[in-house]
Amino acid sequence: MKTVLAISARDNVATALEALESGRRVEANGVSVTAVERIAAGHKIALHAIVAGQAVIKYGSPIGLASCDIAPGAHVHTHNVASSRGRGDLDAGVPAAAEPRLAEPPDTAATTQVASEADE
Amino acid sequence: MTTDRPGFYGYRRPDGRIGTRNHVLVVPTVICSSLVAERVAAAAFATALPHLAGCGQLGPDMRVTHETLAAYCGHPNVGAVVVIALGCEQVVAQVLAEAARAHGKPADIVAIQSEGGTVRATEKGTAIARAFATLVAAQAREWCDVSDLVLSLKCGGSDYTSGLASNPTLGRVTDRLVELGGSAVLGEIAEIMGAEHLLASRATRPETAAQLIQIITRVEGEARALGLDIRGTQPSPGNIRGGLTTIEEKSLGATHKGGERAPLVDVVPYAAPLRRKGLTVMDTPGLDVESVTGMVGGGAQVVVFTTGLGTPTGNPIAPVIKITGNARTARQMTDNLDLEVSGIMHETETLDAAADRLFAEVLAVASGKATAAERLGHREFAIHRRNPTI
Repeated sequence: MKTVLAISARDNVATALEALESGRRVEANGVSVTAVERIAAGHKIALHAIVAGQAVIKYGSPIGLASCDIAPGAHVHTHNVASSRGRGDLDAGVPAAAEPRLAEPPDTAATTQVASEADE
Repeated sequence: MTTDRPGFYGYRRPDGRIGTRNHVLVVPTVICSSLVAERVAAAAFATALPHLAGCGQLGPDMRVTHETLAAYCGHPNVGAVVVIALGCEQVVAQVLAEAARAHGKPADIVAIQSEGGTVRATEKGTAIARAFATLVAAQAREWCDVSDLVLSLKCGGSDYTSGLASNPTLGRVTDRLVELGGSAVLGEIAEIMGAEHLLASRATRPETAAQLIQIITRVEGEARALGLDIRGTQPSPGNIRGGLTTIEEKSLGATHKGGERAPLVDVVPYAAPLRRKGLTVMDTPGLDVESVTGMVGGGAQVVVFTTGLGTPTGNPIAPVIKITGNARTARQMTDNLDLEVSGIMHETETLDAAADRLFAEVLAVASGKATAAERLGHREFAIHRRNPTI
């Protein structure tokens, strides 16, 4: 049974199909990486180093830009990826949010349970 | 009649269109007549279309409300229409009744003010609705070719399984249906944002591609004009908990519903009639019920609604099939779901096998099989509002 899934050969992230503990080794797109932190099921793991400003690729297309350097095996989500679409806040002179307003909710353990049990 | 082409048993209407349901629809012109409409529908075992609009509206906002209600009156899933008016509102009862009659179906109007109040209007409306119910019950289903089917494609409560399993399954069904001469409609412009290049490249005419880009630019511009970050709603908090990071990621997953090959033949306004066979994009907001309301108004007779986290909503006149790729949701929300395709991610089922099951379910539902949402009485309806109430 697969533990992570990359959809396109061009993807630099893969989706965890089950919760990955830190230190878990996974393979996708011919790359083997070790999770450097806990990654909930349904969340993404970096297959390569992605430098700040570089596109994060899933489904073979960009899903946003890295808002800081992302190490291989790191959790890739709202804390290190920013959308570049529909950003009226940027036009209005609000500083570009390195930390988007809609980060993970504070009660991460309770809320990610939904995803981590998704495919037991 | 036998044929090797797939098909379903539907209601052939006088205008040649095909219905998958045979509702007597009780339509209030305005919020003020909504309660009477609901009571009439309950007493006559008919279907009510309660809504919050119909007056205090201007310009395009009024037009959309009027056109959406008229579209439901003319819809092939409706066999007869009773319009419940107040008497002083903006939406014109005669226009709604005419929309039904123009498609060859019986329609009548009851106005609360001229009838002399709630009790008399309810009694009169109920008598008419009961008589219509007898009329439409006489109509039988007949064999219809699959090319008569118009499918509304919808996702809601999305999580990572939506883009990996349920949306690609629906996309295969869309490709097959369109290849067989049928049609599908995709809404939710904000959820195409980031994936528009994939759809635009499948447009049959350059102006269709240009229209798609234009409405996506408009929706993006609306968020920008407000000085707001679309991330306040896209992806939703539940989407983010489910692992979706950005609107681009959500859109790329969501756009799978439109298949990989089906040509994009048209782009139409909210609740406007679908004019061409093939895949059409409709200009609807991302809010689930407003979006489904618009796509059914356009003429879709069946809705396929993919979900990751699970959601219960239906539609008053069109069956809504719920499908999930999330095994936990399938267990937790059994009541609300029709089909599970979680095996795709674990390679215990191929995408084609899952698409076979969904295609068969679509035809069964088109022939009358009740969906989970229908069995539970879910009939959510909301007209997209373009302006504040005046």
